[in-house]
Amino acid sequence: MAAAAPDGFAVTITINGEPRSLTIPPSTTLLDLLRERLDLTGAKKGCDQGQCGACTVLVNGRRVNSCLQLAVMNDGAEVTTIEGLGQPGSLHPLQEAFVAHDAFQCGYCTPGQICSAVGMMSEGHAKTEPEIRELMSGNLCRCGAYSNIVDAIEDVMGSAAVREAAE
Amino acid sequence: MSNIHPYVGRANTRVDGPLKVSGLAKYSAEFGAEDLAYAAAVPSAVAKGRITALDVSAALAAPGVIEVLSHKNRIDFPEDDEPFKNDMVAVPGSPFRPFRDDKIHYAGQAIALVVADTHENARYAATLVKATYDVETPNVDVATSANYYDPPEKRDGIPPPPDPRGDAKGAFDRAPIKVESDYRVVAEHHNPMELQATTVIWEGDGRLLVHNKTQGVVNPKNYICSVFGLDEDKVRFFSPYVGGAFGMALRPHYDVFLAVMASLKLERSVRLVLTRAQMFTMGWRPDCLQTLSLGAETSGKLTSITHHAIQATSMFEDYQEPIVNWSGLLYDCDNVSLKYELGKVDTSTPSDMRAPGATTGVFALECAMDELSYAAGVDPIELRLLNYSDHDQNDDKPFSSKELKAAYEQGAERFGWSKRSFEPRSMKEGHELIGYGMATGCWEAMTMPHKARATLTADGKLEVACATADIGTGTYTILAQIGADALGVDIAEVTSKVGDTSLPMAPVEGGSWAAASAGSAVKLACEALKEELLKHARGLDNSPLANASLDLVTFSNGRIALKADLAKAVSVADVLKSAGVEKLDGEAGYAPDEEFTKKYAGYTHGACFVEVRVDEELGVIRLVRIVSAIAAGKILNPLTARSQILGGVVMGCGMALHEETKWDKTLGRVMNANLGEYHVPAHADIPEVDVIFVDEEDGSNPLGIKGLGEIGIVGAAAAVANAVFHATGKRVRELPITIDKLL
Repeated sequence: MAAAAPDGFAVTITINGEPRSLTIPPSTTLLDLLRERLDLTGAKKGCDQGQCGACTVLVNGRRVNSCLQLAVMNDGAEVTTIEGLGQPGSLHPLQEAFVAHDAFQCGYCTPGQICSAVGMMSEGHAKTEPEIRELMSGNLCRCGAYSNIVDAIEDVMGSAAVREAAE
Repeated sequence: MSNIHPYVGRANTRVDGPLKVSGLAKYSAEFGAEDLAYAAAVPSAVAKGRITALDVSAALAAPGVIEVLSHKNRIDFPEDDEPFKNDMVAVPGSPFRPFRDDKIHYAGQAIALVVADTHENARYAATLVKATYDVETPNVDVATSANYYDPPEKRDGIPPPPDPRGDAKGAFDRAPIKVESDYRVVAEHHNPMELQATTVIWEGDGRLLVHNKTQGVVNPKNYICSVFGLDEDKVRFFSPYVGGAFGMALRPHYDVFLAVMASLKLERSVRLVLTRAQMFTMGWRPDCLQTLSLGAETSGKLTSITHHAIQATSMFEDYQEPIVNWSGLLYDCDNVSLKYELGKVDTSTPSDMRAPGATTGVFALECAMDELSYAAGVDPIELRLLNYSDHDQNDDKPFSSKELKAAYEQGAERFGWSKRSFEPRSMKEGHELIGYGMATGCWEAMTMPHKARATLTADGKLEVACATADIGTGTYTILAQIGADALGVDIAEVTSKVGDTSLPMAPVEGGSWAAASAGSAVKLACEALKEELLKHARGLDNSPLANASLDLVTFSNGRIALKADLAKAVSVADVLKSAGVEKLDGEAGYAPDEEFTKKYAGYTHGACFVEVRVDEELGVIRLVRIVSAIAAGKILNPLTARSQILGGVVMGCGMALHEETKWDKTLGRVMNANLGEYHVPAHADIPEVDVIFVDEEDGSNPLGIKGLGEIGIVGAAAAVANAVFHATGKRVRELPITIDKLL
């Protein structure tokens, strides 16, 4: 349970594997905590009202719109942002696939698309291309890279399926 | 010789890709400073009138608030229009100035700026500013504007409609086949994913480092220095990444104006990020009423074209687009009459949005051509081939190149157009009606003066630099490809730099001119660098290249060698060492070839093919597949080029089926200023899009390219609308085509 302090609430959130003890005002969203206080600007602000998906991060492995979460709700949680998924030189397979398929142009929705796709894959509901499209529809891309994004996701899902079959 | 060349013409993943997919690419709201303050803009609640009282006391008393700025306590700026017209994309009229006075010109206009220690405190205090207004009745609908007029002052760079040719009215009256219809393209907002934002870093001594979402850093820098009287040497704009723009970030907006004003007043760093709702308080694709009349012989050969457009603009500026000109260009016809007028509305000034003018005008023309195909009983592609124009009749010039026939042919083949049955409502599967539609696209192939620099260091690394922007277009990547080929180095050894006013001058990135212009400038800068290297190489003691000229040598893997005898070579490192320098530069400027443009008309062309399925009872429209065949000269990078076309097509699908900015006609406020109610296409809306680039040779610039940012959208909405007609037999002439219009 978060403890009240003069400047907010004391919480501990594990961010990209690192436990962080923070005092957070109650009105701070998880997105603003990441962007404005922790300099993790990979999660993007596109609407600040849960309509675009650019702020998607993984909380305890589930994809969430971080703009719709108050940071203090996440005491004890594990948060993974795009920075934690992989960095140049050691990219996550989905990050690699996004580059290979040119699944972005301006790059602003991209961290959210990738985090969302990681979350979607672990949910295990998307088996077909139309299902991927449906379950990724919370992440808007104004550059219109949708078909490339789907190709990138299918590519990684296909590799995962091949690995599973081999095991 | 490395076997990796040439890079130009081959798919290359984005050089900035790893940074973008890992969250490391920094956008304008993501630069910080120790003394950073956060600003929030307070929007006007009314669309027209005057502020009679502004009470900022509660806001000033709120936690963390540093200052509240408004027209009452702003810093001084000039009364004249001229300093505010220091904007490459300014339009005729009197530019809008935030906080100029108590007048309200449109809903959401910024009336105050709260500056606080945190984002949350600024946002909260902004809700405490209380304004009272003397309210006037606004008109936000161009259909009810007081009058329509031919803009007395023409917008720079936008050709007015050509003079009439032949006798359009007489030919129409005599034509055995006639179609005449009204079309309406409604207001749209660009809605790039990134919010409009500015971070001003106060560096002391009046020095400002400004990170501003812009399509060209030079433009807002010029504007800001001009309006606030700042020393150009003390101001640097640096915006390396832009989260989409599509035209909205061509002109400086109120975010940069207010953030700089606050920084100057407070002498500290300030960030202002607009809200999504505030993204609807600036440039937009204007509402446009159009009437198109086509007269034809029974064969379908056009004998008359009349196109009249009335487009919205703000009360204070005459924003203009080339809407009707395309109707005199695209098809061979001797009797043409084109007219373009404006109507004023109480909104912000519209702005260029992806293929401004063509997107709107070609929609009407290509729907009208589809209507003519049914009236004449001629297949839509046959009709276009019958009226194919080999000559720009507007300007009486030949085309520099035009492979549109190949685009029709290859697009139709890939799409399977031959399987289309001519009659509307004649194709069906299950409960869905099937429609095949197509349309032509066209956009001007332009270039603009650009400068660039190429720098080689002793370790063999090349940097190419130009102040242009990469708004997602792939500029970083294509400039690196061009540099790598010119100097014969691996692309991994090349760094591209853009988006910085400390780099050689470039105008805004727009009009699809950046790749051809910045790319040509980089190519020329690389040639200058090679000359410089060779000059030093010739001067080495016992140089094997002593008498060699540039055409006799080759640059490869850090060496300069004689083409005739590759063993006769010197290393670049030795050249730099003997010259006693760590690096050598080449600088060059590119300017459009005026002789060429005087002689030839340069355009890109496209043919878009769409299959829709429409639920017969529910009217739900589903896009099934799209083929876009493009003739745009040489393709620098098929991977990023394809993405540009995808983006245009997807935005065209949004225009056709979803997008509409809806103003409340009584209050003059946008009713759907959010991404939930202003629907941009989502994953589930968009099918696979097949892109074809047909071969086309063009000589208008050193790279032989024409630009791709806009052509993908032109004609896309018409292709969707024509497919919907083919499926249902119902012609919807006012976009977007929503279920209510279909049932």
